[in-house]
Amino acid sequence: MNALRGFIVKEFHHILRDRQTLLILLLLPLAQVILFGYALRTDVRGVRVAIVDPAPDASTLALRSRFTATDLFRVVEVLPSTAAVPRAFASGRVDQAVVLQPGFARALARGEGAQVMVITDATDPNTGSTMQAYATAVIQDYERELRTGGGGMRIDAAVRMRFNPTLESVNLFIPGLIALVLTVVSALMSAISLSREKERGTLEILLVSPLKAWQIIVGKVLPYLVLGFANVLTVLGAAWFIFRVPFRGSVLLLLAESLLFIVTSLTLGVLIAAVTSSQRTAMMGALLGLMMPTTILSGMIFPIASMPGWLQPVTNAIPGKWFILISRGIMLKGVGLGHLWQETAVLAGMTLVLLAVAVRRFNVRLG
Amino acid sequence: MPMRVLRFLLRKEFLQIRRDKAMLRMLVAVPVVQLLLLSSAATFEIRRSRMYLVDADHSAMSRGLVQRMVASGRFELAGASSSAALADERMLDRGATTILRVPAGFERDLVRDGHANVQLVFNAEDGAAAGVLRSYAVRILAAYGAELGRELRPTFRTVDGRAPPAPGAARIDLRTRGWYNPELNYTHYMVPGILVVLVTIIATTIGAMNIVREKEIGTLEQLNVTPVTRAQFIASKLLPFWLIALADLALGLALARLVFGIPMRGSLLLVFGAAVIYLAAALGIGLWVSTVAGTQQQAMFLSYAINLVYLLMSGLFTPVQSMPGWAQWVAEASPVKHFIVIMRSVLVKGAGLADIRVPLLVLTVYGIVVLALAVRQYSKTTA
Repeated sequence: MNALRGFIVKEFHHILRDRQTLLILLLLPLAQVILFGYALRTDVRGVRVAIVDPAPDASTLALRSRFTATDLFRVVEVLPSTAAVPRAFASGRVDQAVVLQPGFARALARGEGAQVMVITDATDPNTGSTMQAYATAVIQDYERELRTGGGGMRIDAAVRMRFNPTLESVNLFIPGLIALVLTVVSALMSAISLSREKERGTLEILLVSPLKAWQIIVGKVLPYLVLGFANVLTVLGAAWFIFRVPFRGSVLLLLAESLLFIVTSLTLGVLIAAVTSSQRTAMMGALLGLMMPTTILSGMIFPIASMPGWLQPVTNAIPGKWFILISRGIMLKGVGLGHLWQETAVLAGMTLVLLAVAVRRFNVRLG
Repeated sequence: MPMRVLRFLLRKEFLQIRRDKAMLRMLVAVPVVQLLLLSSAATFEIRRSRMYLVDADHSAMSRGLVQRMVASGRFELAGASSSAALADERMLDRGATTILRVPAGFERDLVRDGHANVQLVFNAEDGAAAGVLRSYAVRILAAYGAELGRELRPTFRTVDGRAPPAPGAARIDLRTRGWYNPELNYTHYMVPGILVVLVTIIATTIGAMNIVREKEIGTLEQLNVTPVTRAQFIASKLLPFWLIALADLALGLALARLVFGIPMRGSLLLVFGAAVIYLAAALGIGLWVSTVAGTQQQAMFLSYAINLVYLLMSGLFTPVQSMPGWAQWVAEASPVKHFIVIMRSVLVKGAGLADIRVPLLVLTVYGIVVLALAVRQYSKTTA
């Protein structure tokens, strides 16, 4: 045990001596969470609309005023005919065009179906469908109001957006960003520290020392666990002080879960170092293997429920997915371990399996 | 003579690359696997929402409403009870993403007043989907109200005495069109972008690591005292990875065509011409990283930081126009964004050289500046 302690102390010295790298490791995650926390937004506001109104009448003016009344839209042009619409789209001046038929009021009064066409620039399908939904809602609101006097019946919905009432995208992105940044940075740190010893040949020396394989791994990884936890504190601090993300649940639980997640990510790095032979390969593996999959498959940006059925089970293999479920659960929903034990168990189980495989790989090399 | 030196150096590099089988496998397998998996995953398409029903009315009309919601294909019934607490519990453990509460007296109010209320709760934890689901639900409620009105009040006639409109027809006949991507197809949008990012990660990272390794091992010093010029050395380090990245791009494009059926309306030659310029810029960034970093570890973290900025701020995942002003400038400064624009315009829209001249020019300028800076910096640090 004494040997292990000495080894750990030595590793700490190594890290503390390299000031430049230490600074990068401490500041990088924080800087990234702050930068992307500000930059990533999915809310669509100020959609630039062109309204084509060939024969303005009372009803078209009323409908047009619906579009100007909300800050979701900015009516940039009112055109007399559809001829100018393609050019308005091609030049990028408008995102959406609302085309009203001539004789709109008369058609409405007769109940024969006044025609409205909403054209949306759908190059980006997500923004496109959101803009389409916004415009549809405005027009249908208007229609519903007209109908109250008529023979239809009205069912009104009191709508409540649970856990994120204003649909603030920062609240959704911050837990995901934390997961992404922590996984990649932690895995890179442990992968590098082990594969460097391997590349220089010093790992062989360590393996013939009285230290066991698992002790070497612990000694190498423990300092990074401390660093990783420091990162947790800074990024959660940024979430709380800068982005005002709600912390509805227990902060202590969140810290404990973050610690578990750091361990999982570090173990992932150990495994990567165990199966590769050079620093270069290990780092490429960690970066290429973690960055894109964590961004896309963790549910950080794209809802897992939207993915095709065959792909959804694949996301279970991404540690970040479970941490996002846990951190959103604690921060936004305010739930405790009672609701999150399954996710926690998955993360813990994942860590144990990864660790077992990694230690085995190192032992095999010894034999 | 100079060409011969370069040839020998290149041969050495290729031998080293060929010897590192794990690396080579990774460079081929990872982009292929990720392109296949991630392109299908990157979608905001709204699937069925699991709806929990709290029906306190138990009437024909409340059942009719639920039936309309399910028939729309947007909602599926995930459970029902009379307890609001139970519904809340289901939402907390993610068993339900929508709660529909129909209060007692729903049918009575509708028949008597022609107007009734329901409550809808959406789980807004999972992205913008909640907003879109709300608009679906509101539409279904409106259509059902109209339908009930026609059934229950047969006296409802249009002003000029013609037959009432068919069930389901609204008084405003609303049609929607999505231009440029009418089927709202995510893969057409995502595949070119994801491919660009994968190739970028390879180009920027691996070149940097390669040079820093020589630095770390000490062989760079040795090379510096040989007659090999800096230009020869840099070219020998960058050319192999330039070719590998181009090969990855070609492989990815073949998959895009065969697996995802991405249209290739424009000239492939133009795509590769742009790629040649773009990858030179990407490798230039890698070279710059290698001059700044002292160890492979530092090089790695720098490339990671740069790549993450490119990845998240290229407009691939979240629209650039939603970003704050300063962030839009960062996005503009990212070559990834411009190359994605080129790929999309040429492949999907069939754009020609004239249509993409602006992003192409940006890339060219970017490439020249970055490479020049990197080479200058390189000479300084090793002099």
